[in-house]
Amino acid sequence: MTSGTLSAQITDYANRADPYPLYAELRKQPVRREDDGTFLVSTYYEVRNLANDPRLSNDTSNRPPGYGRPGQPPPESGLPPSFIFTDPPVHDRLRETITRPFGPPHSPRFLDGLRGELAKVVTELLDAFEGRDEVDIVEDFAYPLPVTAICKVLGVPREDEPRFHGWADALASGVDPQAGGGSGQEKAQRARQDLGAYLTDLIETKRRHPGPGILSALAPEMTPADLEATAVLLLVAGHETTVNAITNTTLTLLRHPDILDRFLKDPDLAVPLIEEVLRYESPVQFVPWTTALDDIDVAGTTIPKGSPVWLMLAAANRDPKRFKNPDRFDPDRKDNEHLGMYTGIHYCFGAPLARIELHLAVPELFRRVKFSRLLQDPPPYRANAVLRGPRHLPVAIEGLTA
Amino acid sequence: MRLVVDLNRCQGFAQCVFLAPDVFSLHGEEALLFSPRFDEAQQDRVEKAAAACPVQAILVDYSDEPTKRVEPHVG
Amino acid sequence: MSADTDVQLLRRQGRIVVVGASLAGLRAAETLREQGFTGSLTMIGDEPYEPYDRPPLSKQALLGRAQPEDTALPRRRDIDAEWRLGVAAESLDRDAKQVRLTNGDTVPYDRLLITTGTRARPWFHPEEAALDGVFVLRTRDDSARLRRKLTGGVSRVLVIGAGFTGSEVASACRELGLEVTVAERGPAPLVGALGGVIGAVADRLQRKHGVDLRCGVSVTALEGDDVGRLRRAHLSDGSALDVEVAVVSLGAMRNTEWLAGSGVAAGPRGVACDAGCRVFDVNGIVTDDIYAAGDVARSPHPLFDYQFLALEHWGNAVEQAEIAAHNMICAGPDRRPHLWLPMFWSSQFGVNIKSVGVPSLGDQLVVAQGALAAERFVAVYGYRGRVIAAASFDGAKWLGFYEQQIASGAPFPPEYRTVDRRTETLHPIDPAFPDPHLPTHGATVTLTGHSPSGRRVSFIPSHA
Repeated sequence: MTSGTLSAQITDYANRADPYPLYAELRKQPVRREDDGTFLVSTYYEVRNLANDPRLSNDTSNRPPGYGRPGQPPPESGLPPSFIFTDPPVHDRLRETITRPFGPPHSPRFLDGLRGELAKVVTELLDAFEGRDEVDIVEDFAYPLPVTAICKVLGVPREDEPRFHGWADALASGVDPQAGGGSGQEKAQRARQDLGAYLTDLIETKRRHPGPGILSALAPEMTPADLEATAVLLLVAGHETTVNAITNTTLTLLRHPDILDRFLKDPDLAVPLIEEVLRYESPVQFVPWTTALDDIDVAGTTIPKGSPVWLMLAAANRDPKRFKNPDRFDPDRKDNEHLGMYTGIHYCFGAPLARIELHLAVPELFRRVKFSRLLQDPPPYRANAVLRGPRHLPVAIEGLTA
Repeated sequence: MRLVVDLNRCQGFAQCVFLAPDVFSLHGEEALLFSPRFDEAQQDRVEKAAAACPVQAILVDYSDEPTKRVEPHVG
Repeated sequence: MSADTDVQLLRRQGRIVVVGASLAGLRAAETLREQGFTGSLTMIGDEPYEPYDRPPLSKQALLGRAQPEDTALPRRRDIDAEWRLGVAAESLDRDAKQVRLTNGDTVPYDRLLITTGTRARPWFHPEEAALDGVFVLRTRDDSARLRRKLTGGVSRVLVIGAGFTGSEVASACRELGLEVTVAERGPAPLVGALGGVIGAVADRLQRKHGVDLRCGVSVTALEGDDVGRLRRAHLSDGSALDVEVAVVSLGAMRNTEWLAGSGVAAGPRGVACDAGCRVFDVNGIVTDDIYAAGDVARSPHPLFDYQFLALEHWGNAVEQAEIAAHNMICAGPDRRPHLWLPMFWSSQFGVNIKSVGVPSLGDQLVVAQGALAAERFVAVYGYRGRVIAAASFDGAKWLGFYEQQIASGAPFPPEYRTVDRRTETLHPIDPAFPDPHLPTHGATVTLTGHSPSGRRVSFIPSHA
């Protein structure tokens, strides 16, 4: 990958705070071949069609030698990939099994039943703002909530939560193409091993003494290796995406005082507003782990068999051919069929959990906290280009309502 | 208050079932069933479900006005 | 006065009459108002109800998860219409430009939209059809009556005809814990719509769920007791069956009788209209003031050699109604064609069945993804070397891809590698549709030849 390529610029940390001009540049050529043979697809209809195209695989072992294979554990590890890095029928079987205790058709009320506990977490986190005039939305609010949520979903004991923080962070950088090789990858491997050891113990405990959460329900249904891979995926995804969605919502509202004013007067605006943030600042910016199983003609370009394909969700969500005034943050937008949670069979597994958290967190945050201003704009971002979001969001606050 | 789901568009993502399980349900892995009428207690959840639909297939009508009708003449 | 002035006048103060207070009728009315029509709008419906949604009537309504009377369709906007409900249209007078109602009223129009849809084909023997316990399922009232009967302590239900509606009724009955016999004249359920290969999967599905499925037999007579209650059914194989309920699911008939003698091209196959939804007269001349949409309409489709296509599809009703409404109130160059690709769904026995395109036109079939044995697959139909349709069992997320393949006339069989391909190469097989010359009740898409006139309609078999 030469430094001049757009993919290199997108993953370059210098462009993390505002990648949108690069995405606009990218959209000029809806299907763009990079020097290394990777294809970047950036326009809405093309991204959507490819995400639903059975000729596109999520199993990166379909790539020819020489390409990165994100999501595929090294063969010597003997570990299976987690379900998002598999294709049907394996994918469908795994996802359906995991959905059994998590959602419909068998457990439609599982997440709904967590609302009360999660609302309490929100309250506690906000109570802790009392007496402060400066908070970090990430550390003090947007990060701890999803950590607790995913631990409750899995059934991880609360006291073990802090240990997950570091592991999840290290693992998330593993899906970042920029981290390919270097120390990030090494750190990810070590974190994966430590987490794996912890989970093996936990799963064994759950098998013998079932408790709340889906790990107990799944322990008899899946091989320990598959269950471990699933737990790691859900943990990382649960940590690293919802935090961005909550933080991005806060940041975007503070950057748009007119809409914030409306929202304060009309809390019902939360529903369309949250969907608009998912379009405007997509928590997963792109999906760099798909591969063409055959030659695919898209928008006049042929993607040859075996090519790595990056589906640029955040660019597609700003495509003027699909969204009027796409760079405008507009919660009144009709017909907001965004790709913020992806589409097709790999549609975000945790989307309903993320939405439940957002619907609990965002209205309550703005109801109770009187914001003064952003202390740093743009805020410092995490290294990750895929799971893009602020590392910190320091804000000045003027008070807290009960 | 009433709703209809365009089941041609629906692909069984089931986001609505997660968010409003009293109004929507899955029959098997993919087939969606819905209650065409719901009450005020469900309004908030239905609104979230409709907004979350990845293919925007849910049409909701919060009004409940009776149809103005002309009675047919008798005889 | 120019045509454009006419259109402006029409939009401001014209009189538009919609016959058929249905899904299509409602969506057309909403579109008219949406696009600025401010004249008078009259909605005529033979049922005493405002437009309601029919698909739930054979699914959640029978299961008791929704009440049939709760199926009134949501409104996209206020339509400010005058409703004439509970009174049917009796005739059309094109010279006087008015619709006569069964109560003797006449309603004048400047533009007329025909959305009278279909009704259930009744049991062929009127006295047997009148027996207590013999049902059809099409309307809200049908569904409510059937639900009452099914929950009133019956032991065995006979479903006559294993098309989509019949199969859905059988599925609901099994879920309610009732014994069900399904009698199907053809070799398998759904065979008219999807062919015998997919029909065999539906067959397995029914038996797996405890349906007493009898294919290749017809019901020859329904027998009542001395107080007029159904007690026995006689089958063509000589057997008899003690039943208290029979649900006649033999397809639909188009509501066009009221147009007899009006001079428009209407007949048993529907009302012929052009791609812009304008109705033809019997001489094949297009009218400019009468439009049709929904189940009752048949219109030429470019993907199918411009044969007139008749569709009993929910999505078609919506789309065609919107186009008809748009075209009714604008001048020629602004009109839009109705090019909808047929799309259909059914849910039965816990499986979501969907199709896109016209499967019954297919001369070959491949299972492109998944496996028939797993009851989860996408089957692709070919017609003369191109992709013409696809059907999925619990595979809805893939259909959009095949929809594009159909629309672009992609070659068949598909040669490319895909996920979930179970065989190294695809071997096209005969989809096994029944002889097209025989009447079928299962198809929800019918190609009805090239002639607009109902008087001279000639059926074009789909397998030349």
